Amino acid sequence: MSAPPAAVAQLVERMRAARAHRAPLQIVGGGTKTFYGETPHGEPLSLRDLAGITSYEPSELVVTVRAGTPLAELESALAAKGQCLPFEPPHFAAGGTVGGMVAAGLAGPSRAAVGPLRDYVLGLTLLDGRGELMTFGGQVMKNVAGYDVTRLIAGSWGVLGIICEVSLKVLASPADTATLEFQWDEQRALQEIARWRAQPLPLQASAWYDGRLRIRLGGSRAAVREARARLGGIAVDQEAALAFWASVRDHRHEFFALAAGELAQGTALWRLSVPPTTQPFSVSGRQFIEWGGAQRWWRTTVPAAELRAAALGAGGHATLVRAAEKSAGAFAPVGGELMRIHRALKTAFDPERILNPGRLYADL
Amino acid sequence: MQAVPHSTIHGAMNLATPRSGNPHGERPQAADAAQLTARTAEVSAALARVLPANAILTGREQTQPYECDGLTAFRVLPMIVVLPENEAQLAATLRTCHSLRVPVVARGAGTGLSGGALPHRAGVTVSLAKFNKILKVDPLSCTAVVQCGVRNLAISEAAAPFGLYYAPDPSSQIACTIGGNVAENSGGVHCLKYGLTLHNVLRVRGLTAAGEPVEFGSEALDVPGLDLLAIVIGSEGMLAVTIDVTVKLVPRPELARCMLASFATVEAAGEAVANVIAQGIVPAGLELMDRRMTEVAENFVHAGYDLTAAAILLCESDGAPEEVEEEIAAMRRVLTESGATRIEVSRDEAQRLKFWSGRKNAFPASGGISPDYMCMDSTIPRRSLARMLLAIEGMEIKYGLRCVNVFHAGDGNLHPLILFDASDPDQFRRCELFGAEILEESLRLGGTVTGEHGVGVEKLNSMCVQFSPAERDRFLAVKRAFDAEELLNPGKVIPTLQRCAEYGKMHVHRGMLPFPEIPRF
Repeated sequence: MSAPPAAVAQLVERMRAARAHRAPLQIVGGGTKTFYGETPHGEPLSLRDLAGITSYEPSELVVTVRAGTPLAELESALAAKGQCLPFEPPHFAAGGTVGGMVAAGLAGPSRAAVGPLRDYVLGLTLLDGRGELMTFGGQVMKNVAGYDVTRLIAGSWGVLGIICEVSLKVLASPADTATLEFQWDEQRALQEIARWRAQPLPLQASAWYDGRLRIRLGGSRAAVREARARLGGIAVDQEAALAFWASVRDHRHEFFALAAGELAQGTALWRLSVPPTTQPFSVSGRQFIEWGGAQRWWRTTVPAAELRAAALGAGGHATLVRAAEKSAGAFAPVGGELMRIHRALKTAFDPERILNPGRLYADL
Repeated sequence: MQAVPHSTIHGAMNLATPRSGNPHGERPQAADAAQLTARTAEVSAALARVLPANAILTGREQTQPYECDGLTAFRVLPMIVVLPENEAQLAATLRTCHSLRVPVVARGAGTGLSGGALPHRAGVTVSLAKFNKILKVDPLSCTAVVQCGVRNLAISEAAAPFGLYYAPDPSSQIACTIGGNVAENSGGVHCLKYGLTLHNVLRVRGLTAAGEPVEFGSEALDVPGLDLLAIVIGSEGMLAVTIDVTVKLVPRPELARCMLASFATVEAAGEAVANVIAQGIVPAGLELMDRRMTEVAENFVHAGYDLTAAAILLCESDGAPEEVEEEIAAMRRVLTESGATRIEVSRDEAQRLKFWSGRKNAFPASGGISPDYMCMDSTIPRRSLARMLLAIEGMEIKYGLRCVNVFHAGDGNLHPLILFDASDPDQFRRCELFGAEILEESLRLGGTVTGEHGVGVEKLNSMCVQFSPAERDRFLAVKRAFDAEELLNPGKVIPTLQRCAEYGKMHVHRGMLPFPEIPRF
């Protein structure tokens, strides 16, 4: 990776000072995901000055980016070369950064088809809580030298270290896409998707809401054409489709809007991550289903314990995403032995609990 | 490949668990042998209390079949081999070993190429051969749950009636097991499009070194907390012992066709690979063989390769028939523009398999022209393929040994095969130096010392070059987070500071002397 710019030297200095004073830091990129997870604590440490694309070679399908680079800037640089981040990272607001994207590890509508963010993280430079600047992984597609620390850091919400720079695998944007709509209830929609899943179809995304299933096909022109002919449904206008999928990805769709009044009355936005074949939940509230049934959003006043039990019973877990208060914990708790490993990893990378303490779990 | 005497593996080792992770400390031999005998008796008696007698193997005659894996240059007799039949026996084995602080090496089919399953002289090798059941194939969720000892290819065979298969296809797929694939994050010729083991596994259920049950990942698409599955996959059996694995199955494409393209120079072939990828095409497979490899493979299987070419590419397209036609046409255009001198597209499935047969038999074919070969494995950025091949030509002269080259060119993963005669110790020495230089050149080009075979014991020295002391220290810390006593497969993957010091020259790490404040020797 590139030689550390002055901003990295300053970060190292800052980290070491914080460690010496046992003064917690909250790592800040664009501040667009502050609502997600547990409330950040500590002195804000902005990574905005550590910005810029340090190398991008479209024929290598790899881009190396400093953490403070705006995600929008990266995406437009890729789009200029006909490439993209296939996992469609959400932009909950303008100004999100690449470092924040990797730290949160979230993915958009295409997740079930293309894999999670961590599959696209090839390497990173990390400043850990011991004040050491280290590089794990690299810029190549296949790399099994040492443990895959890079992918442990992806989605770790900054509790193990500060991501300074990251190399991402990118792909060509699909040559063609098409969005089809079907008027089906939840049961029927889940059944049809399960049937399609086992067929070689270029099925890229799905969204079921309010008696209507929308799917997006993406791939070569021939593959999309053939699949359209096979699946039927009503074609959605391209521009409207683009706006629809972006609104789902970024939670701008009306389903995700929670007015202050609703929040005050105890309505919360929950994310249930479950095996895709899970039978419909009988929960009171409104539901939005993505990822072929594997991601089910609920707007509901049902108590946390009940939702967590339902998700767990199905083999999944429930995240409290938006709520007036999160005393039930934003993320589902992790079991005994796994939690012991979590704590031991925290101690390995950040023994004084300086970095984003409590952002993921109270005792990390 | 034949057995090769090797100084670093025949040194006697400490019987106590090495906290430093170095199994190769020196001990006076006689005292050591007596101590080992006593320890063997102690540990096998303890194991006999929790396992049936026929599940415990001791003595050279019984343990010798386990002395090495696919990297046969390294051989160590395990103190004891156990073959648990079920989860309860496996847990009891681990708990017993943990309480006596005995190192444990879990083993699948033993096809690994980096010595990841090399036994520990004072340790217990746990063969998971009896965990060989496919527990579930679910066509609705497109997943299968299989025990760790199930062979890679057996998963695809079980899924075939549903039109599904398990995508990662390492060359050893008829023999290697899913547990080993998880340990090594195995790839294969189709991983360019379909990903490695990491991308195709949803959940691993297993036991820690202490015998505690653990589950990483889930049948949902994510889990709360840290992504421990991602670090367990590819951890070479050092973090947990796998019991069963939930894998993703994918629909078998309706059609696959393979294209053979000849090039007059290796540079042109390397350039063509970059051009295909730059066009946004992700072939199902994209392999490069140099002229000598092509000759060797052609003589072995008569695949119909062009022997006049300096290098050939195998490019595969799969999908719906129309899609394949579209992609083949696009690839033909790019390859022609990149200077291909001859292009042949498989007419039918039989010919496609024939095209691949040469590539898939590259290793056995090489065994036919040389008493021994050492298979290297590193990854470099695709743009440097031609430069790497030229560098290897120079090394052939420098070390007086021949090398044939097959690459997973699409993802820049090299497999140079260095040919040598193991009965000549000097050839083996030169071969090792040759291999190390390939790895270091890979790092200089911005790559990594192992793309898919793992570090095991083979690449411990190269880890000193690729990683700084702080980075290696974090690997060790990760190891201890899972296995505080360092009992699972100790001595693999992470070289000790001392070993790195002995490896000799102070390597300049990524252009600067790393961490000058750390005391080194």
